[in-house]
Amino acid sequence: MAKMTYLQAITDALDYEMGKDENVFIFGEDVGYKGGVFGVTVGLQEKYGKWRCLDSPLAESNIVGMCLGAAMMGKRPVAEIQFAEYILPATNQILNEAAKIRYRSNGDWNAPMVIRAPFGGGIHGALYHSQSIETIFASTPGLKVVIPSSPADAKGLLISAIRDNDPVLFFEHKKAYRLLKEEVPEGEHTVEIGKADVKREGDDITIITYGLMVNYALQAAERLKEVGYEAEIVDLRTVYPLDKETIINATKKTGKVLLVTEDNLEGSIMSEVSAIIGENCLYDLDAPIMRLAGPDVPAMPYSPPMEDFFMVNPEKIYDKMKELAEH
Amino acid sequence: MEEIKMPKLGESVTEGTIEKWLVSPGDTVEEYDPICEVISDKVTAEVPSVFAGTIKELIAQEGDTIEVGGVICTIETEGGSASSETPSVDKKEDVESVAAPTKEAAVEEKSEGASEETKHVTQQVEKPENARISPVVMRLASENNVDLNQVSGTGFEGRITKKDILKFIEEGPKSAPVQEEPKAPETTTTEKAAPTQTASAPSAGEEIPVAGVRKAIAAKMVQSSTEIPHAWLMMEVDATNLVKVRTHHKESFKKKEGFNLTFFSFFVKAVAEAVKEYPIMNSSWQGDKIIVNKDINVSIAVAGDDKLYVPVIKNADDLSIKGVAKQVSELANLGRNHKLTSAHMSGGTITVNNTGAFGSIQSMGIINHPQAAILQVESIVKRPVIIDGMIAQRDMVNLCLSIDHRILDGLVAGNFLKLVKEKIENMSIESSSIY
Repeated sequence: MAKMTYLQAITDALDYEMGKDENVFIFGEDVGYKGGVFGVTVGLQEKYGKWRCLDSPLAESNIVGMCLGAAMMGKRPVAEIQFAEYILPATNQILNEAAKIRYRSNGDWNAPMVIRAPFGGGIHGALYHSQSIETIFASTPGLKVVIPSSPADAKGLLISAIRDNDPVLFFEHKKAYRLLKEEVPEGEHTVEIGKADVKREGDDITIITYGLMVNYALQAAERLKEVGYEAEIVDLRTVYPLDKETIINATKKTGKVLLVTEDNLEGSIMSEVSAIIGENCLYDLDAPIMRLAGPDVPAMPYSPPMEDFFMVNPEKIYDKMKELAEH
Repeated sequence: MEEIKMPKLGESVTEGTIEKWLVSPGDTVEEYDPICEVISDKVTAEVPSVFAGTIKELIAQEGDTIEVGGVICTIETEGGSASSETPSVDKKEDVESVAAPTKEAAVEEKSEGASEETKHVTQQVEKPENARISPVVMRLASENNVDLNQVSGTGFEGRITKKDILKFIEEGPKSAPVQEEPKAPETTTTEKAAPTQTASAPSAGEEIPVAGVRKAIAAKMVQSSTEIPHAWLMMEVDATNLVKVRTHHKESFKKKEGFNLTFFSFFVKAVAEAVKEYPIMNSSWQGDKIIVNKDINVSIAVAGDDKLYVPVIKNADDLSIKGVAKQVSELANLGRNHKLTSAHMSGGTITVNNTGAFGSIQSMGIINHPQAAILQVESIVKRPVIIDGMIAQRDMVNLCLSIDHRILDGLVAGNFLKLVKEKIENMSIESSSIY
């Protein structure tokens, strides 16, 4: 085991899979010679050659469309979209084609491809570099949407995503890239897609979240412990399709749930989680379902104080946790 | 044969205690004849028979507390025997009555009722008044047959949390002191409780069982003092003019009317008038809203032996001082003889309490839930007071006001109290009419 950042763990996963399976290749803007804008693919072109780590034109529809074709022909492409909000020109390729090819061809064709994209705020990225866009894809059967919250999960989930025989969207939190660091298993390491994970045990309240918010919730939970409450923290890891069983069990355990996302509140992943709880756990609820999310305004502001206002942080999570615990 | 059930004695009343049976099995009663006295929430009420007939069996005993709707006795009605033979829909609904030892109940019906009964029992959960019960707490209470009134809550505003009820189910009803800390180690309560019992307790004297009116008073007081955030104000009032007015009328009034012209009546009247100017004093906290009452119904405290009654002077603002004095006199008489009924005691919107009657000069009253204020009229005492740089002997009285701070702020309460003060101080034989 070695200590790795979230970013290094992702590079490690790509490196491991490329070494293991020569059908795996990377396609995206600046991923080759430059090694990606964040440096995720640094050294991979050098190691595996320019046909395994290719620079693409500035056209997201092309990146995804090309990868989809390659995947249908038996390759295992890993597309990189430089920032998650730039994925929108490729939504037709993703939602209409990749997600539905297995269904449309009655199982004759499938698309074993991964689309990686850095998302999330808190890095003074403003409108085009701070968004959470997972909900655009989180209602399309045929897709899987994965968002790891820790370096070890990032590696395990990315390897599983590459090996998956259907399209997987893999959203990486930009702020987590260099912020999070932990022991990551070397070599073979997979984490099952579609399984949520209990990151912390507690019996007073349950927090359900994903992405960077998992780390923030863990920080808040340590503070909450000092005032006598123990929080159970569930990391969804896969936001589509959701792991209903874990959501239901974690809710039933305490009867008090707080759902946290940095996305805008209305229509977020947490709206669906809330519906699952409402449908399955009414008679186990000890408090109204609480949600903490970004405000319903168009974008993350650039101004640092305004960004703080928009962005969910450990302080805001702590306040909500305490309110719920004391309910 | 018909059943007589515990009637609902008030909006928020869920049960009543049989104080005394006024009939015995075999007695013939007419419809509306009183059959027993029931105590609930400071009120003693007579339960009228809803049928004419012969009392068959007294199912509830004196001292028993019966839920509203519970059968208290059975009665044989004239000519009603034919219809009672066939099981009525009413009986099937009330499973408890099927299980009760009535001869008519067929064996078949009993076995059918048995499974229903267990279902019925688990669903019967006492829901504390005005409480917010979460779905999980309600479910656990019904599954484990827990009376939620027995569970003390540690959640927001005393709400019973899932943890509270799980702890209650695990530990039983014995240990349930309200815990102030959000989460204390489980052991502290039992450890704390133990030494108080083993420590050298003072030798026990007489034991007074808590029941009936005392129990109702206790429950009401706890509710008032825990639910309502009280704030207190006291104002010193110069009652010299009032004393003059009252002394002037005292003898002739007694001769003419046959009852006393009390100081207290002047205060009740003054309060009723002041409430007219500050109607918010006459309101009630209802959780999500404040209800400002239109009628000014003044509750007054009347003691009878060891009991405390709070009868109501309805529309006190409509009455003259004589009218108020008459009501005070009548209600006090009824109270002393334990003849006050729920009708006398319901509908109060603000309370005036005559604490001065026993010599008190200062007190902090507990508000009569769900009212917003209580005014304590203290003793009128002669004291030296400085007026215009000279010392004068004046009749002084303290008015102590307790307010529900959720509804009332110091300013409005202070203005209200000042107005009462002015009304008392500005009395004069010429201008103040008794009639």
